[in-house]
Amino acid sequence: MSILVIAEHDNKALNGATLNVVAAAQKIGGDITVLVAGSGAQAVADQAAQVAGVSKVLLADNAAYANQLAENVAALVAQVGTGYSHILAASTSNGKNVLPRAAALLDVSMISDIIAVESPTTFKRPIYAGNAIATVESSESVVLATVRGTAFDPVATTGGSAAVEAVSDVQDAGISKFISEEIVKSERPELTAARIVVSGGRGVGSGENYHKILDPLADKLGAAQGASRAAVDAGFVPNDMQVGQTGKIVAPDLYIAVGISGAIQHLAGMKDSKVIVAINKDEEAPINAVADYWLVGDLNTVIPELVSKI
Amino acid sequence: MKALVAVKRVVDANVKVRVKPDNSGVDLTNVKMSINPFCEIAVEEAVRLKEKGTVSEIVVVSIGPKEAQEQIRSAMALGADRGILVETAEEIGALEVAKILKGIVEQEKPELILLGKQAIDDDSNQVGQMLGALLGAGQGTFASIVNVAGDKVQVTREVDGGLQTVELNLPAIITTDLRLNEPRYAALPNIMKARKKPLDVKSPADYGVAATTKLKTVKVEPPAERKAGVQVKSVDELVAKLKNEAKVI
Repeated sequence: MSILVIAEHDNKALNGATLNVVAAAQKIGGDITVLVAGSGAQAVADQAAQVAGVSKVLLADNAAYANQLAENVAALVAQVGTGYSHILAASTSNGKNVLPRAAALLDVSMISDIIAVESPTTFKRPIYAGNAIATVESSESVVLATVRGTAFDPVATTGGSAAVEAVSDVQDAGISKFISEEIVKSERPELTAARIVVSGGRGVGSGENYHKILDPLADKLGAAQGASRAAVDAGFVPNDMQVGQTGKIVAPDLYIAVGISGAIQHLAGMKDSKVIVAINKDEEAPINAVADYWLVGDLNTVIPELVSKI
Repeated sequence: MKALVAVKRVVDANVKVRVKPDNSGVDLTNVKMSINPFCEIAVEEAVRLKEKGTVSEIVVVSIGPKEAQEQIRSAMALGADRGILVETAEEIGALEVAKILKGIVEQEKPELILLGKQAIDDDSNQVGQMLGALLGAGQGTFASIVNVAGDKVQVTREVDGGLQTVELNLPAIITTDLRLNEPRYAALPNIMKARKKPLDVKSPADYGVAATTKLKTVKVEPPAERKAGVQVKSVDELVAKLKNEAKVI
């Protein structure tokens, strides 16, 4: 078995999501090669070479890959990927954008968002917003899959000593162009990797109240902040904070849902958290059914009290 | 320009589905079915582009059972001009769906191809990207803003850290995110009018595609149940539980 892992990065540092994908690759078993496609991304390749379990790093360094345009990166993956038994990427917005395109270029079906490896060709994945788990077997010559990070413990960032090899192949389709990006800056831990997540829903009332009430709690706990779709749609917080079927999937040690009713779509993004706390004024809120501890009360008084007591 | 919109018939987003006792799949008998929410957003976007004068004709396509005609009619009631149903008895794979759509695109020659970013039943998030590859066209996935200007389209995409804007040559594929727009409700006269709009019925074989997939669903199980939680009466009790029982803070 030989597995190609597509590195997730910003040209400066390797994103932690890649470590979860390498962990899934180890479950499959075999030689693991990491492909770093970027521009000025030598540092990323060097970091990938240190990752435990990685035997080789391929660095495709070209302006065509600077912004991870799917048209160019997928063509590279399809080119470099020939001969591997598996090609894996993280279930991030980038992995989801690139891998299906590479799969079609290779004329193979792919499996999205795997949460368990049953055998090198059989995997589990959630369907229907996580309300059912499908076991899927692939009879393709090469298995392409995206990996749900929260389902695999990350491998160590050190301990490896892989050789870095340059890939000279340049794929520039010339049909798409990067214009700009708007990245939300935050001092808090990254949402999908945080040990504690504090999330707010429509119940927090406004963007102002979201920060007034939930910032002190997140600060006290060193937590990342999330939100329900209702809170994002109402404009309380930016959309990259959305937890759910259509947002981010998190599985922290502690998830505190504040003013969130618990729609199916939200539960799909957080119900694998170790401990769930729900704070809501509604005794009948569906979130209570998945919560380990739930407290019925007004979040405007409960949360400040909670902050003062932890 | 012509716009092609792909829509899927799926279980309604508010239905809590149940796994069949024999683990062969999810029980969909007597369950409310609807147009996939992301597909509805794709239809709405096409209709808005038509209202702006950018798009002149909207063709809506669905691949699925005979009953998917209902979803095509819903899209027509929202403003699509005509429909194509590619009838398949069983659910087929994303790659095969993309291949059928490629066949339709080659016949219809639309400049804009709009799809939802994912179907809420299989949650794959693949078809738009695959179609982009098969056509050699650019892809603007997870779109929250779409601006057509001349022979190019600028798409603002929802990415993990925030937003990214790309410019694509036409024809291009766009897959919609939830925040692209808020779909309108179909008015009764429009529902009546939609009944008279043309709808062609085709089969995968018409596009030279075998309705199959190399991915086999071995079994479908319910997710692990969480054990029932407890209601705490006060903040003190909550803090005590988190510290001593759950040991997470």
